[in-house]
Amino acid sequence: MMHTLDNFLFTYQSLIYALGVNSLLALSMYVVLAVGQLSLGQAAFMGVGAYSSALLTLKFGVPFPVALVVAAAAPSLLAFVIGAPTLRLSGVYLAIATIGLGEVLRIFFLNWDYAGGALGLNGIPELAGFIWIFGALTIALAGFVAICRSRVGRAMEAIRADEAAAGVMGVNLPAYKLGALVVSAAIAGVAGAFNAHVSSFIGPNEYGFDAAVTILSFALLGGIGSPFGPVIGALVLTALPEALRPLHDYRLVINGLIIVCVVIYLPGGLLPWRISRIGARK
Amino acid sequence: MLVQQLLNGLLSGAVYALFALGFTLMFGVLGVINLTYGFYFSTGAFVALYATQYLHMPIFVALPFAAVITGIVAVIIDDLLLGPLRRAKAPELSSLMVTLGATLLLYSLMTACFTTDIRRFPPAVFNGGAFEIEGLRITLSQILIVVTVAIIVGGLAYLLQRTKLGLAIRAIAENGDAAQLMGVNAGGIVRIVSFISGALGGAAGVLIGLNYNAIQPYMGEMMMLKGFAVIILGGLGDIRGAVLAGFLLGILETLTAGYVASSIKDAVGFLLLVLTLWFRPVGLFGRVVAKRA
Repeated sequence: MMHTLDNFLFTYQSLIYALGVNSLLALSMYVVLAVGQLSLGQAAFMGVGAYSSALLTLKFGVPFPVALVVAAAAPSLLAFVIGAPTLRLSGVYLAIATIGLGEVLRIFFLNWDYAGGALGLNGIPELAGFIWIFGALTIALAGFVAICRSRVGRAMEAIRADEAAAGVMGVNLPAYKLGALVVSAAIAGVAGAFNAHVSSFIGPNEYGFDAAVTILSFALLGGIGSPFGPVIGALVLTALPEALRPLHDYRLVINGLIIVCVVIYLPGGLLPWRISRIGARK
Repeated sequence: MLVQQLLNGLLSGAVYALFALGFTLMFGVLGVINLTYGFYFSTGAFVALYATQYLHMPIFVALPFAAVITGIVAVIIDDLLLGPLRRAKAPELSSLMVTLGATLLLYSLMTACFTTDIRRFPPAVFNGGAFEIEGLRITLSQILIVVTVAIIVGGLAYLLQRTKLGLAIRAIAENGDAAQLMGVNAGGIVRIVSFISGALGGAAGVLIGLNYNAIQPYMGEMMMLKGFAVIILGGLGDIRGAVLAGFLLGILETLTAGYVASSIKDAVGFLLLVLTLWFRPVGLFGRVVAKRA
């Protein structure tokens, strides 16, 4: 029994890791969407996390947990610089600025010779594993469920439903939005670090526009009513191209189509239910 | 050397301005950031390429032809994607997300059809001649660009400021519901504006394709990022601002390439974007009231 399980894990190792990493990315997208904002910088934040942690473990031999902290902190700082001015304005500004951020980072990594330039970084030690990835995913999910049931979650839902009304009721809009973006960047950064430390290679072109839109498609397909929606979305969209090989070449076409159809015809996503709150009235 | 670079900067700035014009018009009137706009840019270039290659059109015919075809494509895409959301009065971000998904869909389909190979106009399209005036080098395609941009910007300004249609467009931009009550056909105006912006994007694509003579599906994406910088710097929806900001970006980019390093040329736009957002989010002229939360 143990043996077959080991075999299974070995055969599908990269798929299983991808499921975990993509679920984390979907959650990072969820935090921003949950306050009614749209960030297209998730792939860029992931890239910053991946590069910073990989450089630390590869070139300086820093222990993995320390690298992980940096992988969370570096993109958070970036999110603050981008988010602080834009989140005071209407939602389109954040979307535009983060699209730009992704492209600029790509140019930056492409021209940064110390980090391998166009060739990327090779031979990153395989320090992350099943326990790390799915441990982090469990903690993140549990954390979000707890937040959903708390005062903070209620405030976030209020912002999503009607920003102006939430502001009038005393919700500190800029603080919530900026907080959500920073947390989201940290999660994406950690996911990036995991990805770098299981796949042993990262390159500058992995974190571009396509990746950002794919991450968005996870969250939209699953729906952002609860944190479980985006995770389901990520699982479906990661496993589907593996199960149906012919779909693989048209992965991006399908991701694009899913976003279009879901936004127009299924605004609640696959899992539209909210987390219930004990004692909360309807 | 400096004069030559300023000249080159003005030329690429002219195309940025043209590209951003349609983009900002679309936002100003329709109230959505339409991310498929970059796709119109690529479409224009491809239509012109095939028109000159297989229909043997001279470029003076192929340019307006490509603009019209792209305009029609833009109207169809807008009807399919944004029509339902507009009727449902969906939030601003829904339309942004739909066009985002559509962008990925359209680019991947286009890449599947045309591959990412770089294509070139047949050599007969423009004879590549260049003039030397007191040491300044100007190519024929650059002259074509300047003339076209001048005609289009002038024509658009005339249309918006001096005609009844322009008045209707401005009324819809100002207050859609009120304009409709005054008898403006909102659906018609939406289609006309989509057509005009699509045509502007397509024309910009043809001109850039001519200037660099390199056409591939993703050419619109890089342009899109510069377009963002230009329309934010100019102020969202501000046409005069977009034109000025386009020239500004073109000049700054060539100067950066000339005096700093050409590899960071493409990052100038983003830097400008972030600086604008930090210090002057309403854009150059500050006419547009940025909606604050």
